[in-house]
This record gives sequence, C-alpha cells and structure tokens, in this order.
Amino acid sequence: MTDKQRALLALEDGTLFWGTSCGAPGETTGEAVFNTSLCGYQEVFTDPSYAGQIVTMTMPHIGNYGVNAADMESRGVFAAGFVVRELSSMASNWRAEETLREFFERHAVVAIEGVDTRRLTRHIREQGAMRAVLSTEDLDPESLVAKAKASLGLVGRDLVTEVAVSERYVWGEEMPPECELPVDTGVLSATPRYRVVAYDSGVKYNILRRLSEQGCEVIVVPPTTSAAEAMELRPDGVFLANGPGDPSAVDYLYTTLRELLGKVPVFGICLGHQMLSLALGAETYKLKYGHRGGNQPVKNLVTGRVEITSQNHGFCVDFASVGPLIPELSGGLTLDPADLGAWVRAGVAPVVRSDRFGAVQLTHVNLNDMTVEGVRPLEIPAFSVQYHPEAAPGPHDARYLFGAFTRLMDGREDIFGEG
Amino acid sequence: MPRRDDINKILLIGSGPIIIGQACEFDYSGAQACKVLREDGFEVVLVNSNPATIMTDPEFADRTYVEPVTPEFVEKVIIAERPDALLPTLGGQTGLNVAVALAESGVLEKYGVELIGATLDVIKKGEDRKLFAEAMERIGLDTPASGYAYSIADAEGLVAEIGYPTVIRPSFTMGGAGGGIAYNVEELREIVASGLALSPVGEVLIEESIIGWKEYEMEVMRDRNDNAVIVCSIENFDAMGVHTGDSITVAPAQTLTDREYQIMRDASLAIMREIGVETGGSNVQFGVNPRDGRLVIIEMNPRVSRSSALASKATGFPIAKFAAKLAVGYTLDEIPNDITRMTPACFEPSIDYTVVKVPRWAFEKFPGTDTTLTTRMKSVGEAMAIGRTFKEALSKAMRSLENGRGGLGADGKDEFDEDHFDQMLAVPNEQRPFYIAEAFRRGCDAEEIHSLTHVDPWFLDQVREMIDAEKAVAATGLVQMSAEDMRAAKRMGLSDIQIAHLTGSTEAEVRALRLNLGVKATFKSVDTCAAEFAASTPYYYKTYEDEDEVAPSSRPKAMILGAGPNRIGQGIEFDYCCVHAAYALSDMGFETIMVNCNPETVSTDYDTSDRLYFEPLTFEDVMDIVEAEKPDGVLVTFGGQTPLKLANALEQAGVPILGTKPEAIDLAEDRRRFSDLLDRLGIAYPAAGTANTMDEAVEVASRIGYPLLVRPSYVLGGRGMVIAYSEEYMRRYVEKAAALSPDHPVLLDRFLEGAIEVDVDAVCDGETVYIGGVMEHIEEAGIHSGDSACCVPPFSLGVQTIGQIKDHARALAMALGVEGLMNVQFAVKDERVYVIEVNPRASRTVPYVSKATGVPLAKVAARVMGGQKLAEMGLPDENRDLGRFCVKEAVMPFGRFPGTDSTLGPEMKSTGEVMGVAADFPAAYAKSQLAIDYSLPGEGTAFVSVCERDKRSVVSIARHLNLLGFRIMSTKGTARLLRASGIPVEEVAKVHEGRPNIVDAIKNGEVQLVINTPFGRETRSDGYHIRTAAVQHGVTNITTLAAAQAVVQAIEAMKAGRLGVIALQDFGGTL
Repeated sequence: MTDKQRALLALEDGTLFWGTSCGAPGETTGEAVFNTSLCGYQEVFTDPSYAGQIVTMTMPHIGNYGVNAADMESRGVFAAGFVVRELSSMASNWRAEETLREFFERHAVVAIEGVDTRRLTRHIREQGAMRAVLSTEDLDPESLVAKAKASLGLVGRDLVTEVAVSERYVWGEEMPPECELPVDTGVLSATPRYRVVAYDSGVKYNILRRLSEQGCEVIVVPPTTSAAEAMELRPDGVFLANGPGDPSAVDYLYTTLRELLGKVPVFGICLGHQMLSLALGAETYKLKYGHRGGNQPVKNLVTGRVEITSQNHGFCVDFASVGPLIPELSGGLTLDPADLGAWVRAGVAPVVRSDRFGAVQLTHVNLNDMTVEGVRPLEIPAFSVQYHPEAAPGPHDARYLFGAFTRLMDGREDIFGEG
Repeated sequence: MPRRDDINKILLIGSGPIIIGQACEFDYSGAQACKVLREDGFEVVLVNSNPATIMTDPEFADRTYVEPVTPEFVEKVIIAERPDALLPTLGGQTGLNVAVALAESGVLEKYGVELIGATLDVIKKGEDRKLFAEAMERIGLDTPASGYAYSIADAEGLVAEIGYPTVIRPSFTMGGAGGGIAYNVEELREIVASGLALSPVGEVLIEESIIGWKEYEMEVMRDRNDNAVIVCSIENFDAMGVHTGDSITVAPAQTLTDREYQIMRDASLAIMREIGVETGGSNVQFGVNPRDGRLVIIEMNPRVSRSSALASKATGFPIAKFAAKLAVGYTLDEIPNDITRMTPACFEPSIDYTVVKVPRWAFEKFPGTDTTLTTRMKSVGEAMAIGRTFKEALSKAMRSLENGRGGLGADGKDEFDEDHFDQMLAVPNEQRPFYIAEAFRRGCDAEEIHSLTHVDPWFLDQVREMIDAEKAVAATGLVQMSAEDMRAAKRMGLSDIQIAHLTGSTEAEVRALRLNLGVKATFKSVDTCAAEFAASTPYYYKTYEDEDEVAPSSRPKAMILGAGPNRIGQGIEFDYCCVHAAYALSDMGFETIMVNCNPETVSTDYDTSDRLYFEPLTFEDVMDIVEAEKPDGVLVTFGGQTPLKLANALEQAGVPILGTKPEAIDLAEDRRRFSDLLDRLGIAYPAAGTANTMDEAVEVASRIGYPLLVRPSYVLGGRGMVIAYSEEYMRRYVEKAAALSPDHPVLLDRFLEGAIEVDVDAVCDGETVYIGGVMEHIEEAGIHSGDSACCVPPFSLGVQTIGQIKDHARALAMALGVEGLMNVQFAVKDERVYVIEVNPRASRTVPYVSKATGVPLAKVAARVMGGQKLAEMGLPDENRDLGRFCVKEAVMPFGRFPGTDSTLGPEMKSTGEVMGVAADFPAAYAKSQLAIDYSLPGEGTAFVSVCERDKRSVVSIARHLNLLGFRIMSTKGTARLLRASGIPVEEVAKVHEGRPNIVDAIKNGEVQLVINTPFGRETRSDGYHIRTAAVQHGVTNITTLAAAQAVVQAIEAMKAGRLGVIALQDFGGTL
C-alpha cells in the first residue's frame, strides 16, 4: 500500500476521501456522482454522457475482466475521473485485451482506489451531487476543497460540443475520427430500409449498433447541423442522442428540433428525450443525485409492462410544465399531471397539451421516484425516453423501443406493440 | 393485478426432514410464505413432518399438520381441509414431487384444488430433463450434448458418442443424489446402476462433461404480467464438476463483462417464459467455457431453492415472500421493497459488497466414504459471509465454518499432505482452498494453480493478494505494526487469530494493539440498492472502512448468538431456539440483536430480530458487535455448542451473559466436579474414569468393567465416541483417539447395556423448575440420542420411574444454578435411574418437545433470562395427560455416503428428524417411519438375523411378523432358533457361505424388511454387507431390537388403518 501514489478526492462541502492512485497521475475536476451497475464499467467509462463528472462505482471490485476494444461506447473516455473501492490488478476474461489500470494510464484518466465508496455514495444521496476535485498531485485538503468550490458546476453548462463529432459520418462505412480500431459496429444491414440522421450529442456506439440492426443506415451529424441540412439528407427519421451536461444549455439543438418536428419522425434517448421535451415546451430540472445504474424499474403506461432499465442522467423533464391536462385523452381522469405516482396507480397514461405541438402523452415513469421516463407527442410522429434502451451496460428489456422507432417511421400508431 | 379473491384456503407443503441437499432453507422460505399469506387474509394449511421448523409453530398457519410429506398423507389433509389451492414451490424437491404425484393421480382435480405458483406443465418442463432440453432447443439455447439411459447398456451406448468423462444425472432426484462423473467404464456402470435405482422413474441423463468450465447461477422472478427480474447472479469459485451445493459460491458474479452478463440474463428470462413460470422464483444454472465464452444451460428449478435462500440473504430481496405474493395474484410492481419501503420490488438489487458461501461437510462422521467432491452433493450445511471485498468475505466464510479455523490458513492449524499436494489441488475436496492458499505461500504462480484447479484466475489473484498480506504482516511483526499496516491487514480479511499466528503473538495481544492503534471495525448495511436509497431495515455486516452506519438505540438490548452452519449434531433445532428467544425477548420489550452466519435459517431473516448481524461466531467478530451495540445481555445457551464455546471468553471480556452462567456450564462438563455434585445429591451415575495414558486406560477399564463407553473429553454429537466390548478394541481406539486430541484425556464410562435411555428438557428460573418433557428412547442406551427415536410421553416407563427422573432433573437444575434451559440424559436399567449427562443449555429436542407438549420451551427459557418467573407464566401442569403420543425419529444420510456402515452407535450421524403424532404409540411410530422412508412394508419377506445377545427376544418379533403375513427369511443360526419356536422360516446363505446369498436376495428385490442387529463392531463383516445393500436398495433396515419391536407394532397399526391426520391446533396448548 505504502509504495502507491496517494490520491485525494475533495468535495465542495469539505468532505475528503483519501485513497491511492489507480490511473494516470494528474488532477481533475467534475461533479461527483455514483453508478450502481454491477458490471459494465468499461461502457460507463466510455459513455460521453459522463463528461464533466467524477464517477464512483458502487460495485467494490472493478476491473476484474479487464478492457477490450469491442466494448467501447465511444472513441475514448470522457468522464472527468473515477473512484473505486478496489481496482483489479489483473484481467480475467477471454476477451480481455488489457487491464483497466493500463487502459486508464493510456487514456490519461485520473482514478482513485481504496475509497469508502459507500460513504461517498451515501453522502451524495443525502447532500446531492456536488462539485469535486480528484488529485494525485495536490494533496492539500484545503487547497483541493477551494478548487472544488471554484470549479464550474454542470447547471447551465453545454458540454455537448466537447464530446460530439465535428464532421458527419456514416456508421459502419466511415468511422468517427480518433476512435480506437477496430470498432464493433454490430450487425450492419446490407440493404438498409431506413435512413436515419443521428444528431451526435455524445452518442453511445450501442445506439448506433441497435439502429443498424433494425435496418437503418445511420448518418451521424454534428449537433450544430441545421434542420435544412438534415432534411437535405432525406432521412426517414431523425434520432437525438444521449449526451452530457445541462439540457437547457443546449438550446441550439432543441431549437433545430422544433423545425424538424412534424416533418420527420423523431426518436430521442436521454439528452435526446430532454431535447424533445424542451422543444415541446417542457422545462427540465436537476435531480438531487440522478439515476445512474442498470436496475431502474420503469413502467410503460401504455402497455402496463415494467422494464428494468439502464440509466444515466442528472436532469429530468417536468411533465406538467408541457401544458394543461387533457382529461378526455387521459382516461377521463382529472388527477394532477405533476403527480406521476397517481397516474401509475391508476394505470393510465396522462396527456397534456403543448402550445406548439398539441397533445403529449406521458408514456414511461420511473417507479423508484415517480419521475418522467418517456413522452410521446400524439399529433406528430415522435417519442423519446429518458433511459437507455441500448443498454450497454444494462438489461435489454427496452430494446423494443428501436423497433418502435421503425414502426414510427413506417407511419404506425401502435409503436409499442400495444393493443 | 391485485390479490386473487377467488381463493381463500391455501395448502402449503413443507420439505420434511433436513437431509443433505434439502436443509432449513425451506423452513425459511415456507415460514416467510405462511406469514405473508396470512397477513393477506388467506387461510393457510401446512403439512410438514419436521417438528424443528419455525413454519410448523402453530401460530404460523391456521392448520398445521405435522404429518408425513407423502401423497397419501397430503391427500388425507386435503380431504380434511378442502383447500382451494396448493402452493408447491416452497417445499423443495420433496414438496414439488408430492404436488406432482397428487396432480397426476387426479387427487387435486377430484377435490378441486388448484396448483398455484407453478402448474403441472411448468414443473414437468423444468424438472424433466428431456422436456427441458427440447424447450431449450426451441428458444435456441445451447445445452451440453446428452441422452437418456434406462439401462447400463444404454449408458454405454451414449458414452460411445459423447465420450469420457461424462456426467450422470438421475431424473427427479434432489441435490444430485445418485449422480456423478465417470472417467471410465467401470465408474460409469457403478454410477448408472445407483442412479437408475435412485431415480423414481428409473432414468438417468448421460451428459457431455463440461468439467473445468465456469459455473454461474441466476435467480429470477416473474409475475403474471410478464414482468421479470434477476434478483442475483452467483459465480462459483469451483469450476464445473462440483455440485453447486458443494461449491464455494460468490455473489454477485465477478468475471463477466456486461455483454456476457446480459446474454445470461436474456437467456434466464427466455427460459422463464418458455418453461412458463408465471408467478414465482426460479434459478437457472449456466456453464461458460473460459476459452471462448460458449454458454450452455445446465438446468433450471421452477421453485424456490437453496440458492434462492442464499440470494435472498445476499441481497436483502426476500424471494420466497414475494414468490408467495405472486402466486396469489400480485405483480412485482405492486409489492413494495421491504428494505427501502419507498421503492417497488420490481427491480434488480444492486449490492456494494461481496458475498461468499462456503459449504460445510461432515466426512469425519462417515469413515470409508469417498471425500472427493463431485456432482453429487455431500455437504451438510453452509456458511455465508459478507465483506466489502471478496478477500474479506472469503476469509470470514472460512472462519464461520465452526471447524476451528481462523481463516484461509495461516492460523496455526495448517496441515498438508505433502505426498499428494498437487492431487489435493487437482481433485476437488474439502481442503482444497487451503491448498490453493498454501501453493501461493510456497511460491507457485497463479497459472500453475489454475491449470490444476480450473479456478478462475481472478479468484486466484484475490487469494494471492491475501497471501501477500500475510507475508507483509509476518515481515513487519506485531510490535512494528502501524495503524496503517493493521488497517491494511484487516482490509485484506486477516483475522486477529491469523495476525497472531503470523506474528507469534496471541489473539488478545493483537486485539489490544489493534484497538490501541484505533483500527476499529465498521458496520455497513445490506440495503438491496447499493446505498442509492435510504434503508429502513437494520441488516449489517462488518468491514474496515471510514464510515460506520450502526446507531445503537437506547432501548434495552438482548443479543442472541446463533448456531452457525448446519452440521451433524448441530442443525435447525438450535436455530429454532434462537428464533424463539428473539420472539420472546422482543415481546418483553427488548431490542433483539441476532448474530449468525447460516444463510439457510429463519434466524438470519432480517424480519426475525430487530437487528441482524451476518457475521461469523468467533470471539473477534462477536466482540466487535458487542462493542458497537453494547447489549445489556448476551444469550449463549440457545445456539448449541457454537456460542457456548465463546461464553467464558466473552464473560472474561466483561460481556454480560444472560441466563445460566458459564460457570454452571463448566461444572456440568467437568466430570470430577460433576460426579462430586451427583454424589452430594445422591444421584446414581455409571461408573466412570479418566485416563491420560494407555496404561491408565487399561487400569480404569478393568476397574469399571466392559462394555465401556470411550470418548475424548469435550465433544458434541458423540464425536469419536465408541463402545468397547474388549480390551483389545479399547486399546486400538485409544491409540487413535489420543492422536486425535493430545491435550485432552480419554473418558471411560461403564456402558449400561440394554438400558432404556431417557431425555428430559426443563427450564429453571433459579426458584422453580418446569419439566418440559420426558422422552423415552426407543433404541437402547448406546445409540446417540440424536440418532435414536423417542416418544413423548414415555410409552413404557412406570410412573415411579418417571417421578424419580423428574426429581433428579429438578435437583440438578437447582444445584447447577441453571437459569434457562437444561437437558438431562438418563439411563434406566433394572428400575434404577442413572444420570448420563447434563447440558445446561438448549438441546436438540427442544423444538420437538415444544411441539409435542404445546409449551414453547425456548420462549419460556428466554423469558426467564429476560427476568420473568416461571410461576408468572401460567404454564400447564407437567403431569397432565397429553392425549397423544409424539414420536421423533432421526433421518440418516447413509444413502449419500456409499461405503460407510449404517449401524447406529454413540457417534451421531443423522441430519434431521421427523415427528409422528397419533393417539397411540404404534401409530405415532408408524407415521414417523413413513415420514422418512416414505413406505413401511405391509407384506412380503422379512429378513431376520440377530446377534447372540438378541436371539431370545427376536422370537416374538418374528412370530408377530409372521402373523402379519410376512414370510421370514434368516441365516442358519437365527433360522434354527425360529424353527425351534415353530415359526416357518426360509434359510438363506450368509455372504461368505457362497451364492446366492442374502445380499443377492436384497439386490433382487426379494426382501422388503431387514432386521439385522450387530454386536459391537467386530462382527460387521456380514452385517455390513447386508445393511449396505439394504440402504442402497431402499429396503427398510433396522439395526436394533427395540426398533424392530416398534416397527412391527407400527406395521400392524398401518395395516389396521389407524393412521389418520390431526392438526396441531386441535391439541390446544400455548405454543
């Protein structure tokens, strides 16, 4: 233990966590969050949505099966840093190509091990996600706490431009620049049935794999692509990806989206869901400590089924802020549209009215805290979910949503296979 | 979908006695189900023959039938109760098999009983390997190449295609009974023959061996809306080839990437859907080829299992409870998560710690049997441990096993077979983890160890880190250890005992230094959600971290030390007592704190006590909890030998012990002081002596006279105890025993041959004594009380003798200063009452006596310890007429240990017990036999062959059997005697007299009942073969004359149709 490099994680409220370095030397700043997935650390580390965050894994053993190229979810590591209880010094898996420590060193990721991650998690749970600094260089607590206090938080911050591609590419044909090869593209359709324009706001590769698998040719475009440029590509559908930061700061994207809505079917995931909601006129807010893990129960109010979902978000949509309830489309009930638990108990998907786009249905609700997990405008072809149907990591229960997107592009109403 | 209102009365089938492969996990699951169904307003009818279960406490069900778990008896219960539904998935394989039999025979349909939880179709698809393999093929999942054999020739034909080694799995047996791995044709024939015999349908599966692959298990739940969740993934430390029940297992899975994990998850859910499990839990086992990741499905169980109990304890997600809710109509999203209360049960637990389960074997009890671990389960219990890391958890698990070890070796008790070191690594065996650790100590590298053991390199690397930590500690030395060094060692899982051994100091010194350095244990909660949500259930484990989550309350606190892993001599009975103690003290207003490490039990259900610490029962671990909780009193007399052995050390450490003081326990165990006490009280006891040397032993023996009971001092369950009929035998034994425990002398007692043994359980409050029950044994003295059948009330003892027994018990309780439970063993010979031994603690018979009499003795005792007086409790008159006879019978595991002698003796070998209840003794005895063997022969041939001593008495038994319509078969000596008494008898050759002989007759199914009494151990040649053949072929096998008498009466009662069913609730009583 003693010959290892010490490291210190300091939170803005002065709480300190000592440990040892298990990655590259250095110092990093970000919002301290936790993820409860039991496996899939590599997918977490390479998910661009974690940009600006120092991620704690609650699973105490991390790195056991090493790292491999096929499980990359993007071209690199975007999270600010990592906190683990114990990093495996070896990798045991037939697909392992290097150890996680080697990977961290190669990608210059600052990471700390030996931390009471449960204490950190409980602290975040009680006090909320907060700014933090992780350092192997400056081990002076006062100095680090001061740096944490001085650092930028996530609220109001657009991180999308930092993670998105700047050039358009076609998934499976050209690959994004700077990515590690070979990239696992998944099953590519020889004769794609749909052309999808995917706005990259930090898209995970597995979303692109899933879209391809559904017979989509996927053209990934930078987030600043205008509606006209997108429409020039003659897409059958537009996809809005996941991504980091505060959704309300990504105003250029949802403004573009407003132009697209009604002209082309739209599917959004995570940040994409927030973009759709913002475009519909909803407001977003920051959750106390977010949802990050692979075990979140979500009820599809349209089908009545519960999905175990993969999640990673710190911001959330306020459904009631879209507009007033339309009781006649909400099973005749006049429950409070802000009380999602009441609608779950009633087994009814409420519909509210958006000024711009008409009726909007609440399709999915998180059963843990009764927050919004999915919406669907009923008068234009679009829908979105807050969670990650592409999983990676996490359960595959929500894969049907990629099929729902193709149904939407086919012009069908029963996109969830309901009825 | 909410609760079903079209059913009201639900029949639950328990799993019967504790046997290998089916232990108290089904009491845990069944008790949970009873509780939750009754809370929901259902009327619960329960059938379970095991009186030592919490579920059979009369308040757990509306109607409790302690009756044999057989189709015949369950049908009788159905007729009496007319339930609307039968829930078959919580009673293990036994419960499921009975349900299948009742469904197939049309009984359920006839009485309008609906199978809930799993339909017949589901059960068959899950259980029938052929249907299962077809189902897997339909959904595109891989299974090992296999085929069915109905004869040895079939099997050989299949192996010609599949190749060796091959795995043999008999259909419809539990815990892999009768299965094995064959590496050659000889082994194939042997295993197939036994498998065909054990399979109720005479079928075995011959399967491609995937030995050496990684093995995984998924615990799955699904509801009627098709919501499905994985509760827990489990990865086996031992590679494929060792039965899961005999494997070290780890939760959650450690070496799977998310892609591989999700493939397994998808497969598990697809299997649930294809098999059609709609309302309940199942487990699915997988094999994964470590070279290329090929995944095959091994099997699934469409019911609650041992693994689901483990998964429940490992995650805090109560599978059985929810399975019961699903069975009556609820969906997963309608059930709240017990622990967080705010979130629903429809989620997948995340855990931020590591769980390790280690099996506990009892091979020392079965000399001559093969101790290699195979696909046939041989362990008798298990311990589970929770740590933040695998290292911490493994180390804790290894010291939880109650085998005297302080961790994974390095505790001063390491011993290695140098001649077979590599073999001990290569062939799975009980000691293998210690060899792996030692191999690292000796400088082997992980690759070498992996190639021998097939244990995943990640697990091996963890062990390597533990060994590195050992080396660091040894190199530093105790005096030089800094707080940082100490903390590092503790975080690697090293126990104080190990650190003491490594630094040449004592455990006390290590503890003192550790606390001085400020290195204190911290406690963390098990909360199902990795701290994402606040937990309201105080379920804790110990670790060494920054933050401690325990906040002791200001209420008066009583801490109950549990019984540890099940093993022979210490099983569910002690857990039952601990649970009752918790209930009683809670009623009295105490905050109850349970400490235990056995995942199968009710005591480790977080619902049982106010606080649960899932920790090993060692001085270090218990003291750490004591220091965190500062209890007002600790109860050490309910959990059997495990907590008792800590009593002195705890008391010396200033821990307040509730109830009987350790001094009284010592007094009862110190033979000299105890004899003095008996002399003073004028109570007779068999002549006895102690010997430190062989010469002394010979001298003492000749003074006392043969036969002698010889044993090492301080034993439980009669470990190493024998009856010596001659000096030669005694000498041979003492030589062995002396080597066995050099520090302890050998004890010699006069053996009262032919005496009637009697047990008494009583409670004393320091002022008065309440005799809970007097148990008359059926077998004569010399058979361990745990192995012999007994009856409450006594069926042959005179009133005077019983009075004398009670007086002695009272005098002893007062003289010893007992505050709580006490068990006394007596022998009655020639009207004279001798005291054999006294144990001032809860005994194995407490649950049975409580059920037989309706007085909950453990609760009574706990109340006494909590300060109440017996006089205040309104207990019923000791001498009342119970109006019934309750016979307890022991269940032997000989079928699991081929090669070992099935003769009963002073060393306990049984794994569990059943109770038979009836208005008269023979009927009660018959039920107790039916509850174990599942049949008593009503006709056919009885083989009768007895030793010289029994020749005279056997005549009346043979005559009785003959009158009942049995043909009698005997070997020469006995035949001559019977013929002389005018009983027609067919003579058969002894084994050494050529062929065909008696063993052939048994193997050919020509014999339905064997009565064969051995004399001493010398004459075991013939008898050994006869008994072994009987065990293998499932022929009722009786080795004592007293039992033979009882069996004959029982057969008579059965043939006369006197075996009705009766519910405990109809007895009255205060249980």
